[in-house]
Amino acid sequence: MKKIVLILLVLGIAAAWTINFLTPGLSDQSALTRLKEKYPEKQTASADHSKFTVLQKNFSSPMEATEACISCHNKRHIEVMQSNHWNWEREEYIEGRGIVYVGKKNAINNYCIGIEGNEQSCAKCHIGYAMTSKMFSFTDPQNIDCLVCHDNTETYAKGNELAGLPDPKVDLNYISQNVGKPKRSNCGVCHFFGGGGNNVKHGDLESAMFEPAKDIDVHMAAEDVDLQCVDCHKTADHNISGKMYSLSSMNQNRTTCEQCHTQNPHEENILNEHTVKVACQTCHIPVYAKVNATKTDWDWSTAGRLKNGAPYEEDDAEGNHTYLSIKGSFKWGKNLRPEYIWFNGTADHYLLGDVIADTTFPLKINTLNGSYKDLNSKIIPVKIHRAIQPFDPINKILIQPKLFADKKGEGAFWKDFDWSRAAEAGMKEVNLPFSGKISFLKTEMYWPVNHMVSSKELSVTCTECHTRENSRLAGLKDFYMPGRDYSSVVEIIGVSIIIFTIAGVFMHGTIRVVSSKRKKKEDKNV
Amino acid sequence: MFNNSKQINQVYIYKSFERFWHWIQAILIFFLAFTGFEIHGSISFFGYQNAAAYHNIAAYSFITLIIFAIFWHFTTGEWKQYLPTLKNIRAQIDFYLAGIFRNAPHPTKRTVLSKLNPLQRLVYLGLKLLVIPIMVASGLLYMFYRYPQRGNIKVLNIESIEPIALLHTLGAFFLIAFIIAHLYLITTGRTLTSNLKAMITGYEEVNGEQVQVQVQVQVQDQVQVQDQERRTDN
Repeated sequence: MKKIVLILLVLGIAAAWTINFLTPGLSDQSALTRLKEKYPEKQTASADHSKFTVLQKNFSSPMEATEACISCHNKRHIEVMQSNHWNWEREEYIEGRGIVYVGKKNAINNYCIGIEGNEQSCAKCHIGYAMTSKMFSFTDPQNIDCLVCHDNTETYAKGNELAGLPDPKVDLNYISQNVGKPKRSNCGVCHFFGGGGNNVKHGDLESAMFEPAKDIDVHMAAEDVDLQCVDCHKTADHNISGKMYSLSSMNQNRTTCEQCHTQNPHEENILNEHTVKVACQTCHIPVYAKVNATKTDWDWSTAGRLKNGAPYEEDDAEGNHTYLSIKGSFKWGKNLRPEYIWFNGTADHYLLGDVIADTTFPLKINTLNGSYKDLNSKIIPVKIHRAIQPFDPINKILIQPKLFADKKGEGAFWKDFDWSRAAEAGMKEVNLPFSGKISFLKTEMYWPVNHMVSSKELSVTCTECHTRENSRLAGLKDFYMPGRDYSSVVEIIGVSIIIFTIAGVFMHGTIRVVSSKRKKKEDKNV
Repeated sequence: MFNNSKQINQVYIYKSFERFWHWIQAILIFFLAFTGFEIHGSISFFGYQNAAAYHNIAAYSFITLIIFAIFWHFTTGEWKQYLPTLKNIRAQIDFYLAGIFRNAPHPTKRTVLSKLNPLQRLVYLGLKLLVIPIMVASGLLYMFYRYPQRGNIKVLNIESIEPIALLHTLGAFFLIAFIIAHLYLITTGRTLTSNLKAMITGYEEVNGEQVQVQVQVQVQDQVQVQDQERRTDN
């Protein structure tokens, strides 16, 4: 009886072992092939807009073009006016704050700080017209700029400092007759140039992404699947999915890799298990800013130096500004290795007027929540932009200076180079107190890196994290990772035992040899 | 160092499965230690990914071998070899600490019925009941632990792998220390290599006079076993 039980046990375990080895991974090998076949299918337009008479009459203003759009698409403007692209804010619930509206209107960043008082210039990237001041009408559908997103001719362009109006040279009729689904060029014209220049803000979104090669981005490469932004950033009723946590707070309406690739895309189970704690981007975006440099450091405190009374600029060898009188000193980085943090999909933000309790640490402009213990957190790659920016040491709040103006004398820093007046004018604009004193505070801003995905051959290898020296995850210390971590107590005990054993063996062996020789001698003597 | 006895007898001590088990186990433990310390970050040779994969395969092989060995121990009754005994333990300690240097004979004789001296019995029993089970259990937990949200098997949900990893590492250090001592003690047989030869061929050379008394009792047994071996070998 005992033997039978044992034989059954052995057979059972042998069978379990075999099954474990023979079972293929959870993924379907052809999944990637199927995706590749599905996504490059290009839609054909359902209507030829050049045939519509309403688009043939000569538009004397861009608002007339908008009116023409709405005359057929007679409910779309309602959707647009509910979108964050229009309102520049979202309704968010933030732990500790409750329900707040967060957006460019009340958030501060550590690049050009904020839009308040600078609308004339910043509105170049608003999907509206005539945003000259705070009096801008968010309820007038005529101010919607349909063409900036739907132009398929790549000839539309907004004018500089025209409060969102197009360049007067743009042919509105030609463009409105050639509209369609947004392409990379439509999104990129704003999102690649955030912060006032190519790749300044994101690091993974830049002009090279208009037509990237496959080694820049596997998804958007024209020679491969040639995905457009909206292929992943799925859109319904003008509500575009996906958002950047520089401004958003809640874990909703996100664009994810999993929506196409599923939770378990790997052939190897050990890799699929990693997805519980590690975001796809962490391994699949080993470097960002692959083509052009991105800004990594911004020191506002050096701004305002003049040469012969005039502002000046200094550039590095690649043509990136290293100093601008109007903005201060910069550092840039190319082919950067991301930094890594835990992130659960929720974030908090420094909002205008928030009192800074502790100024000994760099202030987090946006706090991405998460930790190892938090079940919803994964490790994600981020670009951290570090800055030194103006702050009121008496009221302990960040300063929103007035930067832009048409002419001198309005207090705008970029014209007058006077921090006190710029701070006074800017803080007045946002109805916040200003003590008259200006200091500068270190701040950090966290930018999740989501684009510039490398091919799987180039993804991060096991050893790059599971290593004692220079691990990519060296900064995440709140968990034990094999290969990187060890307990010094266990190491000391273990090594001591081994040394003790070797010493014992050595001593014992020596005595044996010595005593054996002595014995031989004695034997001879006998 | 050597006894000057006239007659030397060959006694069959280690059966073929036993030797197979011993050597495969030795290879696996070396391989597991090597790949394991690569996973631990102490050395780098195969690369982390390969080291982890090879370590897992070797672990499964080791577990299979252990299962066969347990089966063998129980069906042959060999498990009784590991029953601890206090008899002669003092003499055995004295031998290693003193007698060995005077070239005194081993206080306990290796026979088919009692192939382990009292110290070996204790150490191997400790290995079999403590170190190996701890290594297998912590190793399996290491392989099969799940973060809580993964949890199909709730008992395997674990918040941190740290205690498992540290226990497994500590066990590895103990095993390495054991191997060092074990390798050295191989040389403490009748001659420097007689223990090694015995584990390779199965036969131990024993001094005739001393062994006669014990052997006589077992001759019958032994002949049977040898016959059996020959039959299976043929």
